[in-house]
Amino acid sequence: MDITLQQVSYAYSKNTPFEKRALYDVDLHIPSGSYQAIIGHTGSGKSTVLQHLNALLKPTEGSIKIGDVEVKAEKKNKQLRKVRQKVGIVFQFPEHQLFDETVLKDIMFGPMNFGVSEEEAKRRAIELVNLLGLPNEVLEKSPFDLSGGQMRRVAIAGVLAMNPEVLVLDEPTAGLDPRGRKEIMDLFYHLHKEKGLTTVLVTHSMEDAARYADRIAIMHDGKCVLAGTPQDIFSDEVRLMDYRLELPQSIKFQKKVEQMMEKKLPVLCLTEEMLAEELAQFLKKEREL
Amino acid sequence: MLEKMIFGRFIPGDSFIHRLDARAKLIFVFLFIAVVFIANNWITYAILVVFTFLIIRMSRIRLYFLINGLKPVVILIIFTFLLHLFFTREGAVIFEWKFLKIYEEGLRQGIFISIRFFVLVILTSILTLTTTPISITDALETLLNPLKKWKLPVHELALMMSISLRFIPTLMDETDKIMKAQMARGSDMTTGSMKERMNAIVPLLIPLFVSAFKRAEDLATAMEVRGYKGGEGRTRYRKLEWATKDTVIIVTLLILAVVLIYFRS
Repeated sequence: MDITLQQVSYAYSKNTPFEKRALYDVDLHIPSGSYQAIIGHTGSGKSTVLQHLNALLKPTEGSIKIGDVEVKAEKKNKQLRKVRQKVGIVFQFPEHQLFDETVLKDIMFGPMNFGVSEEEAKRRAIELVNLLGLPNEVLEKSPFDLSGGQMRRVAIAGVLAMNPEVLVLDEPTAGLDPRGRKEIMDLFYHLHKEKGLTTVLVTHSMEDAARYADRIAIMHDGKCVLAGTPQDIFSDEVRLMDYRLELPQSIKFQKKVEQMMEKKLPVLCLTEEMLAEELAQFLKKEREL
Repeated sequence: MLEKMIFGRFIPGDSFIHRLDARAKLIFVFLFIAVVFIANNWITYAILVVFTFLIIRMSRIRLYFLINGLKPVVILIIFTFLLHLFFTREGAVIFEWKFLKIYEEGLRQGIFISIRFFVLVILTSILTLTTTPISITDALETLLNPLKKWKLPVHELALMMSISLRFIPTLMDETDKIMKAQMARGSDMTTGSMKERMNAIVPLLIPLFVSAFKRAEDLATAMEVRGYKGGEGRTRYRKLEWATKDTVIIVTLLILAVVLIYFRS
């Protein structure tokens, strides 16, 4: 399902003394099946864009096309439910949305709201709990008895259970330990690859954006200032500094190595693994010469 | 929706009303509540309304914003108006339709009570809109200080108040966030039948309570860690200062009271 933002502007608390413009004429196209990262400094408008992606916020100006539904300021709420089923959002600290008596019921909440039968919802819940690496016993526990990391996983399962076509992630690994981070990010990547799930990742982490995304957009002061492939985006360090962003660790390291050897590697290494591979090949060639 | 609420919110500004001493404003509002009840005919209520609008002007808060923020109260006012309209049975009948009878006194009472309600709500809102919560509680604490003699825990009360005021916006944000998260999961509290909406409240309230209790615990720990031990021997960073303009505003209110007494029937 394609999502297209056209000239989207948004102001919080419109017509009050607290009015605050958050977005200015944002254009962004997210094609079906892509992995789009949205990066930017704190307060750049990333989270506001994210809430537009399933019509939780409606643009004050401009329009958003989500699949075949067009969302505009004056659109009524009824048509938007359909959109919300197709676009699942995992909010920052999603564990704050858990409420039901048992983990099972909580995961079933989303799909059942959208008219999925009880057996089907239950089947999905069990499947997802396994997929997210939680033991089956947690299904009958209260979500409030789980550890922070487990709660996070349950909350993510609650969103995935709706079988969305597009998955929107807002800093899904904030506050997790390194291993948990990697497991969850790998899981999303796996879902993206296996099921062709269109994924939008809002993140502070340049490393995650470089590693997983195939397209990156940079937000700065409420505007979408740059969009392109990770190779494009990370090729110009000076430009990134303007937006108060940094290069991913692997590219930083690559630059240092290049400086020391006074030679350039053929490609920009977006991950540590890629960097190791390239360096090995490079050194091998050097030795042969 | 929630962002339009203005109760307990403070709008920074530098108007005459903003610069008044919080104690003066607090005394003013309390006295005003009594003064409002002096009015009992068209002239006195008109004076009240004019006076209220003068205060709004002086606070430099946009009227549109004020009215918009008071929408929930307006519903209450309309309800009281209708109640008086239909259930007061005095004076001449001015309208009759089947079993419905509207009496002159009912209409009069309805309008008066609505005005009374309206000016009270506006003035108290202006108090909170132009005064930081912290100075309101400081003012309350100093004003209640004499009651300490009768073992009233004044400092604790003021602290409780400032904590609750402080957390209104935080809880509002939290509500908004959780509401959005549940809406993204297909729960819908803005449409559907009454029963559906009631059901949609549970997934909102439980997470909200959980996080409120967590916050309370964190706050208690943070206070204890920093050696909080109540009001005994505690000094203040912000000093309240009573100036001539504060006396002037109270005197103005007393004059208003005298004028109202003169004109009341």
